[in-house]
Amino acid sequence: MRTMMNRKSLNQIMASVLVNSIYAMKNYPIMLINTLLAPLSILVIIVFISRGALIGVGIEGAFIMAMISSGIGLQSDLSHLKNDFKLQDMVVSSPTSAVNYMVGMGVSELVYAIPILVILSIMAAIFLHPTLIQTLILIAVMTIVYIFSIALGFFFSTVTTDVMQSWGFTGIISTLLSTIPPVYYLITYIPLPFRYIAYISPTTYAAEIVQSSLGFLSITQTNLIIDWIVIITVTVIVLVIAIKKSMWREV
Amino acid sequence: MQSIVCRGLSKTYSKGSKALDSVSFKFEGNGILAIIGRNGAGKTTLIRILATELMPTKGTALINGIDLIKEPKKIREFIAIVPQEAKAVHWLTPKQTVVSYLMYRGIGFSQAKIKAEESLKKLALEKQINKLNRLLSGGTKRKVLVATVLSSGAKIIFLDEPTTGLDPISRSDLWKLLNTLKKEYLIVLTTHYLEEAERLADKIGIMEQGKLLAFDTLNELRKKLKYKYSIKIIGTEIKINYKDAVSINGIDGNQQILTNENRSSQISQMLIKKGVKFSTNMITLEDIFYYLVKKSIIEENEDNDES
Repeated sequence: MRTMMNRKSLNQIMASVLVNSIYAMKNYPIMLINTLLAPLSILVIIVFISRGALIGVGIEGAFIMAMISSGIGLQSDLSHLKNDFKLQDMVVSSPTSAVNYMVGMGVSELVYAIPILVILSIMAAIFLHPTLIQTLILIAVMTIVYIFSIALGFFFSTVTTDVMQSWGFTGIISTLLSTIPPVYYLITYIPLPFRYIAYISPTTYAAEIVQSSLGFLSITQTNLIIDWIVIITVTVIVLVIAIKKSMWREV
Repeated sequence: MQSIVCRGLSKTYSKGSKALDSVSFKFEGNGILAIIGRNGAGKTTLIRILATELMPTKGTALINGIDLIKEPKKIREFIAIVPQEAKAVHWLTPKQTVVSYLMYRGIGFSQAKIKAEESLKKLALEKQINKLNRLLSGGTKRKVLVATVLSSGAKIIFLDEPTTGLDPISRSDLWKLLNTLKKEYLIVLTTHYLEEAERLADKIGIMEQGKLLAFDTLNELRKKLKYKYSIKIIGTEIKINYKDAVSINGIDGNQQILTNENRSSQISQMLIKKGVKFSTNMITLEDIFYYLVKKSIIEENEDNDES
């Protein structure tokens, strides 16, 4: 009985992955290029401007940006499927649960990120030579950032009523979480009064953890602990808000 | 046997607008139940509540004997909906659309592929099976969505304005399809087209301002209305003063008199004498709808004036 339930849930999760990524990429291969473009273009600019000096930090930044892009993508994809195609309404009236739909959509965004993650992993192996511990820290931070961005994307998708509005949120999230904060470069490059503003974004803390682990940034043990506490706490808060505020069966 | 029993369903949205006002009815067995009404009458709210997408504020409904407030999950196993303005996802093919929907219902990929092909074939969509949805005509896209919900094995299907925006031929095709499907399914559809309800429905619900003004078969609705004949007066307006006749403005702006058989012949003779152009018919759903909706509006206005 339990196996049957698990298989059913797995099929429901896979349905979202098919609709939102596999079939989309199969029918529109240009989507693959699109997923590579944003993280790689900023990385290329950073590398050119620093004459190669920031390639390591840039690769680390692109990893975080790829995870943030998942949440941004989820937000506009969910909104598009809900408001323009009414797919979500059809799914609500089916045996699929909100959790399975959400997990499926989240995984579908990760599938989109696979090509860029493969390219970045190859680049990391060539230019960063990370140790096992450094790799594990990077994966842990990326996982937290991924959960954070997916929860944020899910929350925004439930409050948007049309695709134009969702594009507005996309721009804001993207700029606030990955372009302005020191993800692709070190926080020490920001002059001091402005440095504190960067700490408004949780991605700053995520980047600090990875940058210090890879030896690009020197921070105290206390600051490192604070960084972990902040990103975990923020992620849990956003996740709880997303689950509580999002509506499956409307009231 | 399929059944829907509504018990005083009411819905007031958070901004205070009352969309449903104590709607009660019972429909048993397979067939088509058509809910008709003007824009904002509450049709979509009713269908969304029955499809477990929306919580009612008051009252409840039993779908095949299961309470939709207490056990929506159980109900979702045997219902399916094509919402108003739903579109087949542009970047999918009809087959991919049906396969993914079946997987949302928990069916495995291989089984879903077989069922999808069967369902699309049943609706004569085998030629379009692997074309992108965005390349299909409006009517075909709508058929893809109908094939999608039918493939699921759900026995109660909700179709919210399924023919809105379709050309007459596509609409007629969909009507033919629904007419054959109603033997196997309980189909609840909302529509603006009175002709659609007249042709397809086994029972008709007429809604206005969230209230269910009438609910019955077309014949019973005719019987319940004390007027059996409709006299349409063309190009002029005459005054009538009979207790068993009522004058209303018809859809085309012409005066229309609803009355019984005896009075109808009396009025007809009077109109012939006056040389007035007119036509007399048994009352249609359109006449019933107009009469009930206008009566409801007048009563509502009178209530507002009194308060």
